[in-house]
Amino acid sequence: MRIALFITCVNDTLFPDTGRAVVRLLERLGHEVVFPAGQTCCGQMHYNTGYRRPAARLAVRFAQTFERADAVVVPSASCAAMVRDHYPKLGRIGSRLSRRMADLGPRVYDLTEFLVDVLQVTDVGAYYPHKVVYHPTCHGLRFLGLGDRPYRLLRSVRGLELLELPGATECCGFGGTFSVKNGDVSAAMGFDKARHAVETGAEVLCAVDNSCLMHIGGTLSRQRSGMRIAHIAEILASTEKEHATL
Amino acid sequence: MSSATFLGMPPFPEAARSAVEDSRTRHNLHKATHTIRGKRDAVVGELGDDWQRLRAEGEAVKTHTLRHLDHYLEKLEESVQRAGGTVHWASDAAEANAIVTRLVKRTGESEVVKVKSMATQEIELNNALEAAGITAYETDLAELIVQLGKDLPSHILVPAIHLGRAQIREIFLDKMAEWGVPAPEGLTDDPRALAEAARVHLRELFLRAKVAVSGANFAVADTGTLVVLESEGNGRMCLTMPETLISVVGIEKIVPTWSDLEVFMQLLPRSSTGERMNPYTSTWTGVTPGDGPQDFHLVLLDNGRTDVLADTVGRQALRCIRCSACLNICPVYERTGGHAYGSVYPGPIGAILSPQLRGMSSEVDRALPYASSLCGACYDVCPVAIDIPEVLVHLREQVVSTDAPLGEKAMMAGAEAVFGSSKALEAVQRAAGAMRGAVPRHLPGLAGEWTDTRDIPHIPKDSFRKWWNEREEGR
Amino acid sequence: MGGSRERVLARVRAALADVPADEPVERRPSRSYADGHFEGDALEVLVDRLLDYKALVERVAEEELPVRIAAALERRGAARVAVPPGLPPEWSVGVSVECVEDRPDAPLSAADLDAIDGVVTGCAVAIAETGTIVLDAGPDQGRRALTLVPDYHLCVVRADQVVDGVPAGVRRLNPSRPLTWISGPSATSDIELNRVEGVHGPRTLEVLLVETDI
Repeated sequence: MRIALFITCVNDTLFPDTGRAVVRLLERLGHEVVFPAGQTCCGQMHYNTGYRRPAARLAVRFAQTFERADAVVVPSASCAAMVRDHYPKLGRIGSRLSRRMADLGPRVYDLTEFLVDVLQVTDVGAYYPHKVVYHPTCHGLRFLGLGDRPYRLLRSVRGLELLELPGATECCGFGGTFSVKNGDVSAAMGFDKARHAVETGAEVLCAVDNSCLMHIGGTLSRQRSGMRIAHIAEILASTEKEHATL
Repeated sequence: MSSATFLGMPPFPEAARSAVEDSRTRHNLHKATHTIRGKRDAVVGELGDDWQRLRAEGEAVKTHTLRHLDHYLEKLEESVQRAGGTVHWASDAAEANAIVTRLVKRTGESEVVKVKSMATQEIELNNALEAAGITAYETDLAELIVQLGKDLPSHILVPAIHLGRAQIREIFLDKMAEWGVPAPEGLTDDPRALAEAARVHLRELFLRAKVAVSGANFAVADTGTLVVLESEGNGRMCLTMPETLISVVGIEKIVPTWSDLEVFMQLLPRSSTGERMNPYTSTWTGVTPGDGPQDFHLVLLDNGRTDVLADTVGRQALRCIRCSACLNICPVYERTGGHAYGSVYPGPIGAILSPQLRGMSSEVDRALPYASSLCGACYDVCPVAIDIPEVLVHLREQVVSTDAPLGEKAMMAGAEAVFGSSKALEAVQRAAGAMRGAVPRHLPGLAGEWTDTRDIPHIPKDSFRKWWNEREEGR
Repeated sequence: MGGSRERVLARVRAALADVPADEPVERRPSRSYADGHFEGDALEVLVDRLLDYKALVERVAEEELPVRIAAALERRGAARVAVPPGLPPEWSVGVSVECVEDRPDAPLSAADLDAIDGVVTGCAVAIAETGTIVLDAGPDQGRRALTLVPDYHLCVVRADQVVDGVPAGVRRLNPSRPLTWISGPSATSDIELNRVEGVHGPRTLEVLLVETDI
């Protein structure tokens, strides 16, 4: 299967390892990955902060870039939710823009959704000998409804011990520009999320969204907790061979 | 004895800063919200898949009513008058306060007992009555605590949620005597003892009061029936014992028919106190000879509601049945408490209702739509499916279109320019990669809001797309 | 202020300019949900829910009702209880305590009610799923103050008055009557959101559930 990768601006710029992991993983599963070069950003930051018009222009750009793809995989639940849930609302009801966006939505997948629902695989042949907690991000949990998909994928990883994260469903406090517009509340939420994670004794906190991980990871790092963050793609991409060479 | 008001409070981020640092309040809020979340989950779970069906029906009833509100208002007026009540219309707080004051004065009384009501808090009725020489006694336990402590409400259902039992005991011991029967000596902070103290404090007042003021949870258009849900029996006391009853009700409280209550009487208690049913619900239709108040007045309140109604996206906020489930689940509310929202309507619903009711001319109201991480938990639990995140974003658009902060506007324009072409993005990525070693741990300005508490991630030398392009070239 | 009515209605109509003029004003409810959400016997569920609210509950056979009413009042240590004007006479046959009737032509004062030891009534409807008893001020229940001011309420519920869930309850009730829905003794959750029984309404609710042939 030919899969178009929407890497997202945050992953592209700050977390290229996640993108490399997605490519490695999908190719290992026997699929072709393409990277449409014109892609930039889904416009989520603009949209969520109230800048609707710039968001709509970025949405059009996204549509132009990905319109011909059979499947678009996004290693970010919030960007996937932006495209699926919010793009259709950017135009007036019944407008050409709204219809165009609504047509695009069904072909856009968060990575874990794509693996479980489309490729119908939960054991991706990964090996990751670490204690891990999974933080279900808000967009993954409540907007995309990922449910137990990420858990099923993680439970199939050899060597991985999945621990339960207390208060898992609660927001980490990132919220895009919320993290600076309401920095104190955001930090308090991030602190509690980090505390819950550290208390489990896990080595690694993983999620389906690097923006949330950047916030929680920044908190963990400031606290010198020793706990690492990893996008779920990086865990699913790792194999015994790579671990042997590390 | 005038009540405190929210006037002059700082905007949310500033108010939240001090709230976040108040560890006693944080402790009280954490305990209370987590208790109620557990109770709600249990009783909502009991209804299985039917919960979503009831939720959809609740949403549909409210949406339909709002779309034909003029029709149902006229119907309600006719039904109430037919049953012996008198209907008044108030387009704003001042009018409503004037109507109530006039009605109380006409009875010759100088005191009223009050059932907890959001509408009368919103219009600051108690202060208006006091200015006219009338004392309003709050009789709901939490309202009583707030009134005695000259505090502000911080929660829709439990206005004193920010206070723990020990603080409540202190307020009772210090203040009850000023208002009537003092707290018993040796009062402990056992909730049972505190409830008993409230019972004794208010008992004689209930038995002598001639005038009561209430709100209503629902007003049934086809029968003219008003509905008040409560727990303690103070509502029953106020609605039954006095000779005159004045109910101030927002125009959005209408449901079309009596049978619609079968939906809301399942949705509201389970969402609100996390009970299968609240201890007491009173319904009354006009006046019943020989039973309860023989003089009944309904004051229908607009006070900004028609402005909310005119906004086709924001309108859904008027579906709210004031259950508080969104407050109880909200991670922001849990950490800031209600006062930071600068309104009698705190939490997620307050963040969309207050700016719409009051308009967005003040700093406080322009900050409220941003008082959320958009995590969506509020929408999930809302029994009438108000898409609070959607309305928050919608209101943010209004803030931005009228008065966006200049720095933010510039940043957003810059970001759009970068994301406007992949070449521009690549240039920025190259620049970031080049100065990756030189980024300080603490940044100035808005970015400092981040680096105060969080490290910034290590900036990679190469972007993903650079790696991809090199890989493609190597093939 | 005479113009307020017209002003508010005009604003409402202006705000609803987007609603098509031909959109029907009447609405058909979906009723896609079940009446009750439990398995088994409604009476058992009612008892379970009432106990959960810390009410006292006994199931009694019809013929033993007078004896059980008398026994309950004795247990309570009541000397004088109020009764509504239409309380079935056979209910108070065996009662040794003084029954004071609240007559419409000579109603008990608030002070009288406050000084009395309790009240005995019937009810209109009981809802099993939520443990709710509804009074509609019928002859065997009396006006609302009667069941509010006394600290002890002994309420007789007949099995044929019990419905499964809220929808059936709402259907049976007449909204033109003043209704009081009672789910356990008075309580508050205002202190740290934990339920504590006993505030302004009767602090003790005792229910006698009479088995009738349904």
